Amino acid sequence: MTKARTHWLYLAPALALLITFTYVPVANMVWYSFHKWDGLSPTMTGAGLGNYVRVLTDEEYRRVFLVSLYYFAASFLQIAVALYFAVVLTFQRRLRNLFKGILFFPYLLNGVAVGFVFLYLFQPGGTLDTVLGFLGVSGDHLWLGDPDIANYSLAGTSVWRFTGLSFVLFLGAIQSIPPDLYEAAEIDGANRWHQFRFIIAPGIRRIIGLSFILAISGSLSVFEIPFIMTGGANGTRTFVIRAYETAFQFRQIGLASAMAVVLLLLVLLITWVQRRIVPDEEVTLS
Amino acid sequence: MPIIRNLLAIAVATTLLAGCTGGAGDDSTGPADFAGDITGEITVLTNRTDLATTTLPEYARKFTAEHPGTKVSFEPVTDYEGDVTTQLSSGDYGDVLLVPNTVPVDQLAQFFEPLGSVEELRPKYRFIDEKAYGGQVYGLSIGGVAQGMVVNKRVWAQAGVTAPPKTPEEFLTGLRAIKSKTGAVPYYTNYKDGWPLSFFNSQRAIVNDPQINEKFPADPSPWQPGKIQYTTDGLLFDIVHQGLSEKDPLTTNWEGSKPMIATGKVATMVLGSWAVPQLRDAAKAAGANPDDIAFWPFPVQTGGRFHSRIEGDYKAGVSKNSKNKATAKAWLDFFVNESGFAQDQQAIPPATGQPLPPALQAFQDTGVDLMEIPAATTNAGREDQIIKESEIDLAGNIYRQKLVDIARGAAKGDKESYFADLNGRWGKAQAAVMK
Repeated sequence: MTKARTHWLYLAPALALLITFTYVPVANMVWYSFHKWDGLSPTMTGAGLGNYVRVLTDEEYRRVFLVSLYYFAASFLQIAVALYFAVVLTFQRRLRNLFKGILFFPYLLNGVAVGFVFLYLFQPGGTLDTVLGFLGVSGDHLWLGDPDIANYSLAGTSVWRFTGLSFVLFLGAIQSIPPDLYEAAEIDGANRWHQFRFIIAPGIRRIIGLSFILAISGSLSVFEIPFIMTGGANGTRTFVIRAYETAFQFRQIGLASAMAVVLLLLVLLITWVQRRIVPDEEVTLS
Repeated sequence: MPIIRNLLAIAVATTLLAGCTGGAGDDSTGPADFAGDITGEITVLTNRTDLATTTLPEYARKFTAEHPGTKVSFEPVTDYEGDVTTQLSSGDYGDVLLVPNTVPVDQLAQFFEPLGSVEELRPKYRFIDEKAYGGQVYGLSIGGVAQGMVVNKRVWAQAGVTAPPKTPEEFLTGLRAIKSKTGAVPYYTNYKDGWPLSFFNSQRAIVNDPQINEKFPADPSPWQPGKIQYTTDGLLFDIVHQGLSEKDPLTTNWEGSKPMIATGKVATMVLGSWAVPQLRDAAKAAGANPDDIAFWPFPVQTGGRFHSRIEGDYKAGVSKNSKNKATAKAWLDFFVNESGFAQDQQAIPPATGQPLPPALQAFQDTGVDLMEIPAATTNAGREDQIIKESEIDLAGNIYRQKLVDIARGAAKGDKESYFADLNGRWGKAQAAVMK
């Protein structure tokens, strides 16, 4: 057996799974997006670009993108908090593993469970109001019922859930920086802030860049948390919830596929722009 | 932040739907052939996960006693509509199953055996035209419900109301009295769970017009004053707008609302008669009096009478792909006519001539005409198409949640502007569908 053949043999299982469960469904989805189909009927009728025109021109569809802005803003908070804890825990040795566990734990929880937990937290007179009451802030708040607050509550839940993920990414990157650099810096008289500014931040620039891509794509495709907690009601409907409703409530599979394709293209576009603005250079610290 | 996963979830789900549309049978609508020996095994899909290991096998034992050599097994499905719709396109969906409401009537013949013509079955069963197309019946109701509202009689009596209100104004006055005289929440929308809002769509009988389903798709603006949607959705709007519903609709919970109405913390909910036994059970569990729960008609009269729509709950049919159609048909006939399922569930028996359950007898005695509303025939399926096209989920909760939001001041607009918007969107889709 030649060497090239052996390569393919090893690749085959992974490729088979990838093609069956990723590329074929995506190709199918693109195919549906050019048709009008209810998901049951044995015949589809061609729709040309009609579905795309509707997604891009109907105001009902564009408006849901605005909801993503709340999650996008929240992701800055998420990155800042995660970065702070990652740096602190790099220098702090005592109980480090305990805190790592505590911070990462929310990410391990199932999104549906998180939704239900926070649903009780946000009830008027629920846990959050009780805790605020101890702190002297009294009164029942409609954390989900007030349309001015609902999206902040949901975005806050999202921060709580995903901070752990950013934290672990940052921590891993920071630990790959050679420790003797800090010692050398300390001898040169650098304090903690200087060390962060001139050693850690440049050292993990790629991971920070990656976090922003994840933040943008994540905030465009928020689904579980608002779906479980409000079902998209009260002005919290996101693009993916809308696509889900279009596909499975109104059974317009073609239109929903077009929405999914638009979302995919949008994320690819934003990633491309981001890579052009912040080029991915090799980082050398020495 | 699993963007790709979300996209794929949609893609994979749609592939599942697409994968095997070939599994659906051909479109021929000749009379079905149920000849053959009644023997062997069949599988029955059911949404009653709570009964699948208790009551249902008991009916199956009775059936096996009548037809030795048969074996009926049940496959409970929690998310019945969603899961079974996906299963349908795989071609493998048991022998007897409840017809998911996602299947448009003009596609029934692809998945289900015709059970007989409408004329032939009409004298024997109620609700036969609900899953019929082209004169053929594809599903028999397993039990019917009446539409109206569930009330806690004791709370209403404390507010001085003992007979069902006859007009929306009288009803709202009653709710206001409950708010001021008792500590109860006058009306509970169940906004968060959503589906209870859809019962405002089940009140078409109030106009006392058997042709309403035929006429409905022909109307480009059903939210005009005086028309059905204006009356029903308008009442919901007024209830919420006047502050007569729960304070935070976003944290409501159906299971939690049952003991609330049972113990008198909530006074009213618009629901079907199927809810009465459940709420009485909740009253027993909470130590309250089950007799406080009563079923009243929707507060609109036409010609001096209340009218309540009665309709079949789920309709059961025989799979086109069943390998044992003779036994499947025999089970369906047995289940609908002899099993006693409808009586056990306090539902309206599907076979004509069997007596009404006691709760509904009392309901009828308060002066309500129970009426069946035939499905549209010349405009069959058109209403569904307009719903899809306009994305106004008439039978669902999405646009009614928006209505509640506007009514409680959480979204921009007022009753007139929202109804004008609905009329506009509906009219546009209606013009495209009915052209």
